[in-house]
Amino acid sequence: MVIAGCYAAGIIVVLPLAFILGHLIAKGLPALSLSFFVDLPKPVGEPGGGMANAIVGTLILVGLGALIAVPVGVGAGVYLSEWGRSRFASLVRYTTDLLSGVPSIVVGVAAYGLVVMPMGGFSAIAGGVALSILMLPTIIRSTEEVVRLVPQSYREAALALGAPRWKVIQQVVIPAARAGIVTASMLAVARAAGETAPLLFTALGNRFWSTALNKPIASLPVQVFDYARAPYDEWNRQAWTGALVLVLMVTGISAVLRITVRRVAR
Amino acid sequence: MKAARITADGVYRAALGGAAALVFGVVALIVYETTRGSVLSIQKFGLGFLTGTAWDPVTEKFGALPYIYGTLVSSALALLIAVPLGIGTAVYLAEIANRRFGAIVSFVIELLAAIPSIVYGVWGFFVLAPFLRTWIEPWLIQHLGFLPLFRGAPFGIGMLNAGIVLSIMIVPTIVSISREVLLATPRSLREAALALGATRAEAIGVAVDAARPGILGAVILALGRALGETMAVTMVIGNTNRISLSLLDPGATMSSIIANEFTEATSPLYVSALIEIALVLFLVTIVVNGLARLLVLWATGGRRAIAAAA
Repeated sequence: MVIAGCYAAGIIVVLPLAFILGHLIAKGLPALSLSFFVDLPKPVGEPGGGMANAIVGTLILVGLGALIAVPVGVGAGVYLSEWGRSRFASLVRYTTDLLSGVPSIVVGVAAYGLVVMPMGGFSAIAGGVALSILMLPTIIRSTEEVVRLVPQSYREAALALGAPRWKVIQQVVIPAARAGIVTASMLAVARAAGETAPLLFTALGNRFWSTALNKPIASLPVQVFDYARAPYDEWNRQAWTGALVLVLMVTGISAVLRITVRRVAR
Repeated sequence: MKAARITADGVYRAALGGAAALVFGVVALIVYETTRGSVLSIQKFGLGFLTGTAWDPVTEKFGALPYIYGTLVSSALALLIAVPLGIGTAVYLAEIANRRFGAIVSFVIELLAAIPSIVYGVWGFFVLAPFLRTWIEPWLIQHLGFLPLFRGAPFGIGMLNAGIVLSIMIVPTIVSISREVLLATPRSLREAALALGATRAEAIGVAVDAARPGILGAVILALGRALGETMAVTMVIGNTNRISLSLLDPGATMSSIIANEFTEATSPLYVSALIEIALVLFLVTIVVNGLARLLVLWATGGRRAIAAAA
């Protein structure tokens, strides 16, 4: 009885995924064409058009975020792995976990006060800062995990040869964990690519082509949000296609990385 | 020579430690910015902000109660659906399924967690809403309409939709952490129960009992996620400023009101009121998450990998 119930629960939990993916493909695939990736949005009423500006915008925003979050996150992760027993380290760990629980919309509000207000307007930089805050906790904790996997004997061997601690870490430990660090960072970056809420009032969105860092910039998630809410069938169709592309981007990277991370961990 | 070597190490350690300390800086900045932004609203409305129900940009009267109510009710509804399903699935994966199959299902469920929330929103808006409107809600009104919970018209958009979408989104959290916690309980517990003549279901019950604090932590963590979830809820909840007992009526949450109105807010007080909602949301999720992390840490005996997975 209990066992049958658990079995049923497992099935019910996996079902929504099947439904969501099924609908994404059924509704998103028809409008998926080359022009979706290379064309700009068309005005209402004109058929066709694409989300090229939003795709490029998302890449720019995510790149900016990674540029800020990866060095800091990897540094902090290595610190936690190599000097992880102090009270300071456990406090950092706990705070990092708390930071990962902060709602993304709140991060957006903070980035608004931090960047948008002083700069006097919405900008790609503000969006990048917001995304970097969201990437940080994941990068720190997963870097810590993969660096910890480097065998202790590597460190001991290097120390025995007379290398100072910093050289041991910089030239032996980090290179040994490089593959893991890269995948860990990519995972966080992929996750951030799907974030919408923190971009709404930082990067804002843009109907036109823009790659300027101090101007509002389009992003795939925000464009999907705007198109889905619009009262035009054509836009709604494109929203589905945008959602499909977004899922392919995010879960595609996540799935590949998860499998390779498992390989590496073994 | 020796002194120089110590210095190089010291500098290196300080640099990495500085990167680690930046985490405090980031949290402090979030606190600072949300507090600074809400000063205007706090001065004007005081504690009355939390109990006020008016939200009128024209007369500049702002109260957050409808949004606090919406956040609490939609999250509670999500837990009501997700907790039994999530724990059942975790028990199935940890205790019943063979290791290999369990790993595959866990992988699929982790993918569920990787889908961006806007995609859940699009799905809830275009697929779930019409389904609820034509099939589920008319039935609820007809058969359970005598309850205030199911009164009104079938919109498809509203609290019920938000609760269902949220439940789909938080199930992965509950499943993956509960599964880890269950796997961490000693085998001997089940063996002892079986040796005493317990049935397989009873032996599983003993294991679940031992894992209870960790499972509770997983549930609270999922609650934290539901409380702060923005985009999916914004798309399916209807965004009206009212408190209605009926689950079929549209409402709004703290995060959805910010997402909807922040860029439209014209006066400083209006912006400030929205930022104060963000501050309240921040404080609530920090408390909920802090509690959950402590529970998970305690339940897993500080086993780091599991706590990190949370």
